[in-house]
Amino acid sequence: MEMTRSSDFAIRTRRLRKVFSGKVAVRNLTLDVPRGEVFGFLGPNGAGKSTSVKMMLGLVFPTSGEAAILGRPVGDVKTRSRVGFLPEHFRFYDWLTPVELLKLHGRLYGMSPARLRERIPILLELVGLMPHSNKRLRDFSKGMLQRIGLAQALLNEPDLIFLDEPTSGLDPVGRRLVRDIIKAQRDRGATVLLNSHLLGEVEVTCNRVAFIKDGEVVETRQLNDEIDDQTMVSIRAAHVTAEVARGLSRWSLSVCANGERLTLSVSSGAVVPEIVHYLVANGAEIYEVTPRRRSLEERFLEIVGKDGGL
Amino acid sequence: MGVWIMAGVTLREAARKKMLWMALAAGGAFLVLFGTGLHFQAKDFAEHGMSPVLRREISFTMVTMGLYAVDLLAVLMTILTSIDTLSGEIASGTIQAIATKPIPRWQLLLGKWLGFSGMLSGYIAIMVVGVNALTYVMAGVTARHLARGLSLMWMESIVLLSVTFAFATYFSTLTTGVLTLGLHGLAFLGGWIEQFGAMTQTSRAVNVGVIASILMPSEALWRRAAFEMQSPLANAMRISPFSTLSIPSMAMVFYAVLYLAIALTIAILRFSQRDL
Repeated sequence: MEMTRSSDFAIRTRRLRKVFSGKVAVRNLTLDVPRGEVFGFLGPNGAGKSTSVKMMLGLVFPTSGEAAILGRPVGDVKTRSRVGFLPEHFRFYDWLTPVELLKLHGRLYGMSPARLRERIPILLELVGLMPHSNKRLRDFSKGMLQRIGLAQALLNEPDLIFLDEPTSGLDPVGRRLVRDIIKAQRDRGATVLLNSHLLGEVEVTCNRVAFIKDGEVVETRQLNDEIDDQTMVSIRAAHVTAEVARGLSRWSLSVCANGERLTLSVSSGAVVPEIVHYLVANGAEIYEVTPRRRSLEERFLEIVGKDGGL
Repeated sequence: MGVWIMAGVTLREAARKKMLWMALAAGGAFLVLFGTGLHFQAKDFAEHGMSPVLRREISFTMVTMGLYAVDLLAVLMTILTSIDTLSGEIASGTIQAIATKPIPRWQLLLGKWLGFSGMLSGYIAIMVVGVNALTYVMAGVTARHLARGLSLMWMESIVLLSVTFAFATYFSTLTTGVLTLGLHGLAFLGGWIEQFGAMTQTSRAVNVGVIASILMPSEALWRRAAFEMQSPLANAMRISPFSTLSIPSMAMVFYAVLYLAIALTIAILRFSQRDL
C-alpha cells in the first residue's frame, strides 16, 4: 500500500504514454511532483517534454496511463481554475491590448470584475508592461509577449503553474525577472513545473529535477540535497603510479588520469579524506584536492549524450 | 457563461480585424449598385409605358436577382470568415491558453459558432432587407414570402457554417475551405442538373440533383427560398432563371435542419476529443 495520497502531490502521472500516428512521443512517464516545489523538467529536444506537459493539462489525450493534478484526474474542468499555464510558443489574439487579454483570460477563469481590476495592474507592473498596457499585442516583441503570457499564467494566483520555456525569448533582465517570479510563487506555496533548456536557470530555481529522455524519466534528482551523491573530486598530485590510480576505483567508478591531474566521481564527499590518506600512504605528493558537485549540465550531458538525443 | 464569453470575443475579433466593417462596406457597395440598376430600370418603365403586369413581373425578377447575388455573397462570407477560426487557432497554438481554462471545450466551440452565427445573421438580414427596401421604394414590390425566404437563406448560411466548423476540427484551414466550398459547389451543380432534368423530364437527372442535395443541402435551401420569394406567376410559368422548376420539398428543409445539427454535433464531439 502506498504511504502517500495522491492529494499530497501537485502532479502525479502513472505510465503515461502518447503515440502520434505510430510515432511514440512519450513512452512511459511516471512522475510525482510534491506540492510546493519548483520542479524542473529537463531533456533534449524531442524527448517528449512539451507533450507530457500538454497531457498533464488535458490538451493532449494520453494513449494509455493516467495522470492527476492537484489530486484530481486530468480533464477535471473545475481544477483548471487553480492552474496557470504559459505555453511554449505563446500566441494570443494579437488584436487585443494586454489589459483586454488579461480581462478575457480572467473572465474565462471565472474571476469577478472587481478581482480583475485589482489583479491586472499588479501583474502588468510585475512583468514590466505597464507602459505598454494600451498597445496591441501585434506590436509586441517576442519577449514582451512572453511577459504578458507570464502575467496571464499568474492571473488567478494558481496553486500549480506550468511554465514551458518561460525565458526563451527574454534578455538577461527578463530571465532574472522570471527567476524572481518563480521564487515568489514558491514562497507563496504554489507548485511550479518548469520546462527549460537553460540548465543554469533550472539549477538556481528548482528544488528537484527530472531528466526525461525518449519519453521516459531516466532520473529524478533533488538539487538542494545534503546527501551529495554526485561529487566530483579533482586532485593534482605527483608520483601517482598507474597501479595506485587503479586502486582508487574502490571509491570511484570513474577515474580519469591526465598527467598530474586525477578526476574522480565519488558517491559522497565523506570519502575524500580516505582518498587523500590512501594516496599519501602510497607515496603521492598532493598539491591540490577540490571536491565539487557535478553541475546539472554535466549530468544532463551524461544522461542524454553529447548528441543531445537527436 | 463560457459560451457567451467566446461568442463576444468572436464578434469583437470580427469588428477589430475590420472583417465586419469590410463586409458591410462591400454589402453597401452592392446595394448601391443594385439600387442604381433598379433606378434606371424604373425610369425605363415610365418612359416606355410598359404594362403594369409586365412591369411588376420584371421588378419581381429584379428582387430575386438581387437576393440571388446576396445569397452568393452570404455563402462566400460564411465560409471565408469562419474557416480559420478553429483550424488556425489549433495550428498556431492560440487555442492552448484558452482550452486550459476552466471552461469545457464544447462551450468554447459553441461560443465561437454563436458569434459567427450572430454576425452572419446580421449581415444576411441587412442585405436581404436592403434589397427589398430598395425594390419597394423604387418599384413598389418586395419578395413574396420575405420572412420565409430570409429564414431559408439564413439557414443555408448556418448549415455551411456548421459544416465549416466540423471540417475545421479535422483539417487545416485551406483543406477546410476547399472541402466546404467543394461540397457547396457539388450541391450547386446538382441543383442545376436537377433543374435541367425537370425541364427535360429526365427523372434520373432529377435524382442526381436530389442526391447532391442530400450530400449538401445548402443549394436546395436557396432554391426553396427562391420559390417562396418569387411571384406566383413566375413560379407557375417557370420562367425565372433562379430555379423553381424542381422545388425542394419541406422534407428537404427538415433534412437540412437535421444535417446542420449533425454537423454541429460532430464539430463539438471531435473538438472535445482531439489533441490541441
